[in-house]
Amino acid sequence: MRLLFIIFLFFSSNIFAAEMSSEKMPKHEWSFQGVTGTFDRAAIQRGYKVYREVCAGCHSMKLLYYRDLIDVGFSEAQVKVIASEYTVLDGPNDDGEMFERPARPADRFVNPYANDNEARANNNGAYPPDLSVITKARKYGVDYIYNLLLGYVEPPKGMEVGNGMYYNKWMAGNQIAMPAPIADGSVDYDDGTDNNAQQLSADVTHFLHWAAEPEMEERKNLGIKVILFFIILGTIVYLAKNRLWRDIT
Amino acid sequence: MDQNRKVHQFKNPVLNWIEFRLPIISYFKKEYGDYPMPKNCNYFWSFGALATITLVTMIVSGIFLAMNYTPHTDMAFDSVERIMRDVNYGWLMRYIHSNGAAFFFIIVYIHIVRAMYFGSYKYPRELNWILGVFIFLLMMATSFLGYTLPWGQMSYWGATVITNLFSAIPIIGEGLKTWLLGDYNVGNATLNRFFALHYVLPFVIFGVVGLHVAAVHVHGSNNPDGIDIKSKNDSVNFFPYMLIKDTIAMCAFGVAISAVIFFGPNLMAEVDNYIPADPLVTPAHIVPNWYLAPFYAILRAVPDKLGGVLLMFGAIVILFVLPWLDRSKVRSCNYRPIYKWFMMGFFVNFFVLGYVGMLPAEGLYLLIARVGLLYYFGFFFIITPFVGWIEKPNKLPLSISDVYAKNIASNIGGGEKGMPSPAMQKDTNL
Repeated sequence: MRLLFIIFLFFSSNIFAAEMSSEKMPKHEWSFQGVTGTFDRAAIQRGYKVYREVCAGCHSMKLLYYRDLIDVGFSEAQVKVIASEYTVLDGPNDDGEMFERPARPADRFVNPYANDNEARANNNGAYPPDLSVITKARKYGVDYIYNLLLGYVEPPKGMEVGNGMYYNKWMAGNQIAMPAPIADGSVDYDDGTDNNAQQLSADVTHFLHWAAEPEMEERKNLGIKVILFFIILGTIVYLAKNRLWRDIT
Repeated sequence: MDQNRKVHQFKNPVLNWIEFRLPIISYFKKEYGDYPMPKNCNYFWSFGALATITLVTMIVSGIFLAMNYTPHTDMAFDSVERIMRDVNYGWLMRYIHSNGAAFFFIIVYIHIVRAMYFGSYKYPRELNWILGVFIFLLMMATSFLGYTLPWGQMSYWGATVITNLFSAIPIIGEGLKTWLLGDYNVGNATLNRFFALHYVLPFVIFGVVGLHVAAVHVHGSNNPDGIDIKSKNDSVNFFPYMLIKDTIAMCAFGVAISAVIFFGPNLMAEVDNYIPADPLVTPAHIVPNWYLAPFYAILRAVPDKLGGVLLMFGAIVILFVLPWLDRSKVRSCNYRPIYKWFMMGFFVNFFVLGYVGMLPAEGLYLLIARVGLLYYFGFFFIITPFVGWIEKPNKLPLSISDVYAKNIASNIGGGEKGMPSPAMQKDTNL
């Protein structure tokens, strides 16, 4: 009966996931999938470049620090340089005045706007969401983000797209306030990787997923050990139990 | 004082010293060492132990989270993310806590299913059952309060929807809601008190669990055949015979929960809760935690708000009187050929209710929810008393040791002894 219960559980959770959506979300291949999947450091670095040159104009990532970039293979010196390209408001100093200074690795990613209202005012009233945990905050996660970036197609005949809105296949309601952010060649890669739109979208999604779950590799690593521990302990105890219960009749 | 009272003698002088002043050593020996368990108990009887382990795990991980959490509307969301990113093993504590809550409910549901199917709620364990339902209520309150704390979209809107239920009460409703929230809307005052209550309720649960365990130890555990222990040959000592089975169950449970914590920690979470709470944006549909969904389905199945609220709470309160609705003297459904199927139907129905509770309440889903609602209450008010009256139960075995010997005989060749079904065996091999 418990087995039945468990089957039910899995069955029903699958239905929850598959519910709705007339067209199925296409699945992309990611290196971080699966039990042993890891992040592709080079892809994250490329993705960060895409974020910095394309997304960061409107989207904040306020949960991240520049120092976090060290985890994806940037050297400390590189991170210092990256951070110093931004200015942050600091203070008050000893004279009681606020002052501007270049950002340091210990600073959070600098927000493109001073506040949410400025963000709205600059974007036709639409608020560009913070991207720190975006892949965890949308159904279908990374696949959704990837497909959304590439989902700008001609609207079907007869559909009126609102003023300042764009048609996107994957957006809820199919209208999105963000114009197509990525096209073939919108960012130049330093490492010679092909910079077509698919590659750029995949890389920036990879970066966003790392930003959302920076602990993923450590988590999976520990998980394998914990599960092995329970399996080994369970086996030993199971054998001991059989031995112990043999005498009970 | 009575200097002549009989004091247990142990080999260890330290234990003797303690025992003389506080007879706690003999208490533990009696309640956990020599405590007799029916020897035909299967792995369903491990879920009480699993629930206790989970409760302690939740309390410990929760304390660590509370050390780093900030109950303020402007900072709560970021402080939770800070725990996930910048606190050493903070992600582990958070994922243990959030998934632990879901697993706690899975375990407790199985525990309840076991108590219902094998008739553990019947004489002389009625009070034990009542305490259990009380724990279940406290758990629901605690999980609801805890779900508010990360202050994501679902936190905020879930809290808004649930607290709004109180406003359905005539006359005092609005005032009561404001009193609960500490404000006219869900806001900082609400978050603060929800955190305070979420911190304290688990310790209340812990206390009631203590009573629950003490109560079951008075008359001993029920068993799959629902017959009493008649001789010493019917039982085994808790230590080591049942403890070792509980340990196996714990390892299987550990594998299951670790698979989720480490490899799919957000599978059971609502994506909307990773969007910071925004009072100006309502999510497309507001859903409760899936483990509370059956009750949410009942709430929405009723067109009248007050009626829905009453039936939803009624669905839990009805559990309190189950021991008096069921007039049959036979405990285990294994010996009740008719009631057994209605009982199975009840479990399936509960699942279906949970399923439609997660979907929008319209069209076919609403119809299913209404049928499910009828069966839920029909099961308690009509089926349970009526079937107990007309049903002719199968012949009960003479003693536990008889059944046990028979089970062993039919299981020879298999590795496992005294197991009731092959399905159970598979689980332990997880």
